[in-house]
Amino acid sequence: MVEYLLEANSLTTSFKIDGEYYPAVDDVSIRIRQNEVLALVGESGSGKSATAFSLMGLHRHARVTGEVFFQGKDLLKNNERQMNKIRGGDIAMIFQDPMTALNPLMKIKHQIQETLRIHGTGKKSERESYTIELLDRVGIPRPERVAEAYPHELSGGMRQRVVIAIAIANRPKLLIADEPTTALDVTIQAQILDLIRELQDDLGSGVLLITHDLGVVAEMADRVAVMYAGQIVEVAPVRELFMNPQHPYTRSLLNSLPSEEQLGSKLHVIQGVVPALNKMDRDGCRFAPRIPWISAEEHEHQPKLREIAPGHQVRCTCYKNFHLNTSMDHGAVEQRVEAHQMEEGGVDRR
Amino acid sequence: MSNNLLEINDLKVHFPIKGGFFNTVKDHVRAVDGVSIAIPRGTTYGLVGESGSGKTTTGKAVMGLNQITDGEIYFQGEKLSGKGKKIGIHRDIQMIFQDPYSSLNVRKRVFDIVAEPLKNYEKLSKDALVEEVLRLLERVGLPAGSLYKFPHEFSGGQRQRIGVARAIALNPKLIIADEPVSALDVSVQAQVLNFMQEIQQEMDLTMLFIAHDLGVVRHMCQHIGIMYQGRLVEEGTADEIFNNPQHLYTKRLIAAIPDTNVDKVERNMQLRRQIKEEYDRHFNEYLDDEGRVFPLKAISGTHKVALPVKG
Repeated sequence: MVEYLLEANSLTTSFKIDGEYYPAVDDVSIRIRQNEVLALVGESGSGKSATAFSLMGLHRHARVTGEVFFQGKDLLKNNERQMNKIRGGDIAMIFQDPMTALNPLMKIKHQIQETLRIHGTGKKSERESYTIELLDRVGIPRPERVAEAYPHELSGGMRQRVVIAIAIANRPKLLIADEPTTALDVTIQAQILDLIRELQDDLGSGVLLITHDLGVVAEMADRVAVMYAGQIVEVAPVRELFMNPQHPYTRSLLNSLPSEEQLGSKLHVIQGVVPALNKMDRDGCRFAPRIPWISAEEHEHQPKLREIAPGHQVRCTCYKNFHLNTSMDHGAVEQRVEAHQMEEGGVDRR
Repeated sequence: MSNNLLEINDLKVHFPIKGGFFNTVKDHVRAVDGVSIAIPRGTTYGLVGESGSGKTTTGKAVMGLNQITDGEIYFQGEKLSGKGKKIGIHRDIQMIFQDPYSSLNVRKRVFDIVAEPLKNYEKLSKDALVEEVLRLLERVGLPAGSLYKFPHEFSGGQRQRIGVARAIALNPKLIIADEPVSALDVSVQAQVLNFMQEIQQEMDLTMLFIAHDLGVVRHMCQHIGIMYQGRLVEEGTADEIFNNPQHLYTKRLIAAIPDTNVDKVERNMQLRRQIKEEYDRHFNEYLDDEGRVFPLKAISGTHKVALPVKG
């Protein structure tokens, strides 16, 4: 039997809109092994960040159900006190925006020492030197000076390094990285990804990497889970996912990227938009409205994730006879779909 | 008359740093420090660089949104920089902004947003105005029903279309697109890029496309300029920049893009590490005594590189 570091079963997170709960994360099950990078991919509004926040117990006003086993214990049964022991300790998170993740009124060294103190890592006398060591570890030049600085004195890349230093301070077993490089320039991104990879090797941690950048996924992940409208629609080892993508959503997404092969031609467009949480049709295949040229018989009534090859799971049966829409006039369909959605009253995703 | 719609000659935009007891000018930030760009009619020029490289400042200078310290900007042979009112010229230059969530006034309806430039420049009757706005909405693929809706009722891609409708309202000749798709998801990004290309062909537009995503720039632009600390380090056709980069900074930028081709990942990372090492060791040689990039030198008809002056 394989030991999983983290095992989430039927995780469902619902938010209240106008007095009713709507699931943003809908029956999501994920497993992460030790020393493994699982990438969670999807568009904004697909529920990938909501999944991460649910694992960490960071949703205050949401209803979270299901099980999240971490080291044999169900995290969802923990109270706030028990969670605080785990958060920043055995499970740490790297947040997307280093500008807001740090406290602007605290010196860098105090922010790092805070997490060390709370989790009782090291003696008080050792913490100062360990802080410098951590800053050095994440590749910050002249760590002694940076330790005395405030966040606003550092560049975006440096701040993100500090956020990572805080995350790895207590040698976490699981690292959750929520769009860790989205706010950064490509050259800095390359350095930060290198750093995460190196630290993961070093600590043997599992990593849940949340991103919408498929290039980052190809470079970092061991396995990939693709999310759409709150559900996982495809899971596969990274190579398999890129070489042999199956679900219509995954295939459309990969095709919409500008690439060398597509130079001079039109980019593939996924018609319509991700449905709003409270206006989503929860029966049947959720991607069906965006591939209207696929007949209704191709879809399942209650689409399930099924294994089609070792480690490769796909939701719904519509992948079997799926073809990208090249014959129809893109613009026309797109307008029709959008006009239709607008008649139904608003498609705001923010 | 030359074939270039826009010519920028040795543009400098310096911002003063004030400080001290009397709030006197202590120094200058050289946001743009000697940039020359020529954009032939009907083509798209991609301006690429990392944050703080001065690409947006260059775009804003052309729009007349910030003070030019030195240098000239010519649009259709007419001088844009310097004193005097340029209102007549500026109707031919329009801008598409980065963030479709903040560049549209939340209190205005789509009609008011798109009609604003028309009201400023053309005296149309109310009916003619509505008709014109409807025509523009149709052109960008928005249903007529959106005329009296507010921006929050639209998705990101649709909002960017509203921004485009506003930009093309006066039949401009030049569009400055400042990171038009950076705030959008890839699927929506594809939509907006396709559509910008269509509009460009239909209206014979010239575009200055500012972006940091090299994949997008490659897809959209014929000519590309790479900026570093307020100066161009390399300029050439898309093919020259991607397949034959000469400047170390360009090489590093291109090597840093993660590729979705899983077979190439190992090789890319190796190459990236190698270039990073070279960059750390030798990049000083690419800067002059004041830490600035050398002037561009032509190495072929279209390809210019800021290589160190030997000797």
